[in-house]
Amino acid sequence: MTDPVYATLLDLAAGALLVSAVLIVWMRGLTAIIRTLALQGAALAAIPVISGVRQGDSALIAVGVALLMLRAVILPWLLARAVGAEREGRRDAEASINATASLLIAGGLTVAALVVAQPLVALSPTAATNAAPAGIALILIAIFAMVIRRHAVGQAAGFLALDNGIAATALLLTAGVPLLVELGASLDILFAVLVFGVLTERLRRMFGDTDVSRLRELRD
Amino acid sequence: MDVLIALAMVAPMVAAAVAGIGGWRRWTATLTVLSCVAVLGAGVALAILTHGSSRIAFGDVLRADALSATMLIVVGVVGTLASWASIGYIDHELAHGHTDDREARRYGALIPAFVAVMALAVSANNIGVIWVAVEATTVIAAFLVGHRRTSTALEASWKYAVICSVGIAVAFLGTVLLYFAALHAGASAEQALDLDVLASHAAHLDPAVVRLAGGLLLIGYGAKAGLVPFHGWLADAHSQAPAPVSALMSGVLLSVAFSVLLRLRPIVDDAVGPGFLRAGLLVVGLATVLLAALLLTVTADLKRMLAHSSMENMGLIAVAAAAGTRLAIAALLLHVLGHGVGKTVLFLAGGQLQAAHHSTTIDDITAVLSRSRLVGGSFAVGLLAIVGLPPFALFASELGIARSLANSGLAWALGVVLVLMAVAFAALVSKTARILLGEPAAGAPPIGVPSTVAAALVAGVVASAALGVTSGPMAGLFATAAAQFGAG
Repeated sequence: MTDPVYATLLDLAAGALLVSAVLIVWMRGLTAIIRTLALQGAALAAIPVISGVRQGDSALIAVGVALLMLRAVILPWLLARAVGAEREGRRDAEASINATASLLIAGGLTVAALVVAQPLVALSPTAATNAAPAGIALILIAIFAMVIRRHAVGQAAGFLALDNGIAATALLLTAGVPLLVELGASLDILFAVLVFGVLTERLRRMFGDTDVSRLRELRD
Repeated sequence: MDVLIALAMVAPMVAAAVAGIGGWRRWTATLTVLSCVAVLGAGVALAILTHGSSRIAFGDVLRADALSATMLIVVGVVGTLASWASIGYIDHELAHGHTDDREARRYGALIPAFVAVMALAVSANNIGVIWVAVEATTVIAAFLVGHRRTSTALEASWKYAVICSVGIAVAFLGTVLLYFAALHAGASAEQALDLDVLASHAAHLDPAVVRLAGGLLLIGYGAKAGLVPFHGWLADAHSQAPAPVSALMSGVLLSVAFSVLLRLRPIVDDAVGPGFLRAGLLVVGLATVLLAALLLTVTADLKRMLAHSSMENMGLIAVAAAAGTRLAIAALLLHVLGHGVGKTVLFLAGGQLQAAHHSTTIDDITAVLSRSRLVGGSFAVGLLAIVGLPPFALFASELGIARSLANSGLAWALGVVLVLMAVAFAALVSKTARILLGEPAAGAPPIGVPSTVAAALVAGVVASAALGVTSGPMAGLFATAAAQFGAG
């Protein structure tokens, strides 16, 4: 793999992450959001595979395959199950602001990510690090998506996108964290999504739906 | 020594496995209490054996030093009291049909698992492993907060899971950036997350990247420590969780998260200078104390009052960490221990009041002292300990923090904190007086106390008093930790 091809492929993966982030903020159907999340997971998994092929590092390719299983298959499937339990007509991820405003804000966050990531690019201006601002942008946009969503599954989807962004940043900056930490972190995220799933189920049983904006009982 | 480090995690892990298999039985619950005593024992033994040195064990993954020993002692003490009181709590819930065997089994397994991951969080040498352990506390606590299947408990556990997951994710990003900086400073990939390796490379870390990482770590672990701006979960979770769980969260979980910042501070300071985290800690600390003082004056709920008081104390601890001198760190650690024990007593006593009144509204609960000498008395002692009256430990620790602030050019911050603490003091004392004093109304329900809760209350009161009268044996340990993590 030549340098320009490698750089282009990495940029493509990073670009896909960014586009998927914007789509997640913009889209309103939960099912479509979760499909986008699965694609985002695949784009994330492509990063170590691309680097692994270039460096002839089979361990990195294995990491990519594991990521593909976890983030493009297992985690979206867990969320899709939670959506499947919703009644028809309740599968819209309502947001507290409209689509146009949220797109504008997502654009602003992308610019902010480029600024914030300056020191990272400056420390090591490689092809991979140059793509890292996309990971930071995904993180910011995902947090924004969590804030505006009123649906429990919508918030959980935002959390998953947030984790994808952090994983992407880690992979682009440092080719991933040490294996022990990576395993622990993946396990924790799996558990966290399971917790979201269980709590969503309890919300549904308690209130009949999973609109978290009704959670307003506790106050001083 | 390595065996002791492992014991602090393995003992509660085994207890969790046994409780998961054996279900909720008196002997499995007793085993959990014993495992927490083992954590305490390991902490004490490590405090004696380390002699101020750091011991790295199990292939660089775990460590033992004065700070980890201190935190293990706090985890052990609060864990013992909380798991002991859990026996009475769950038996009561089972007897009244508020919970079933399956839920009781889950509770019995999760409590020791919670203690085990906290022990791991304070004993890990690798900041990635620390992160994994702290995130695990979030996952476990989310279930424990929602143990009482009410709509408010569900609301609290949802908020807790969302806010703390995001906070801890931010901390992971900070960890990744620190790792990136360490790799570029020449650390090897396998060891670049080890605290000792980071410390030895700290001076060569890229300042701009570390500044970013330090800010993210402060926000992330600050979220778990109940500091502004991600404090929103704290009062909800503490007020809805079962009393022993509130005690564990308030008494140790907050300070376990904060102790991570204490460990990272010297590394960040070496890379970017001491001013950066000092300013950050000062801002979040003062904002937290301010908010907590205001919330304390308006709250009408007993458990929320205790939760806001925990926020106030964590804010004070952050301000002390901003001063960062040896005196400040030693005082801060005494504060963590004194607050942990005192707040545990308060939450356990508060739990019995909640069980008797089916409410935590302050107006519903009056004249407790004349109705139950044990619950009222221990609540009173816990409160006096928490507000920092002599002879309790928080009197000494707050004096130490005040002196260290004055000595390190932060006299203005000391002034602000003193005013806010006076506000908080007035609110806490007046609200508690309403709860404890007065003539019992006709028809006030009797306040029952299961024997295990009574034992935990008495033990907590004795521990609080002993710590206040003679913190001598602990002073050496705190001084050693302060020499390691304090400046000047």
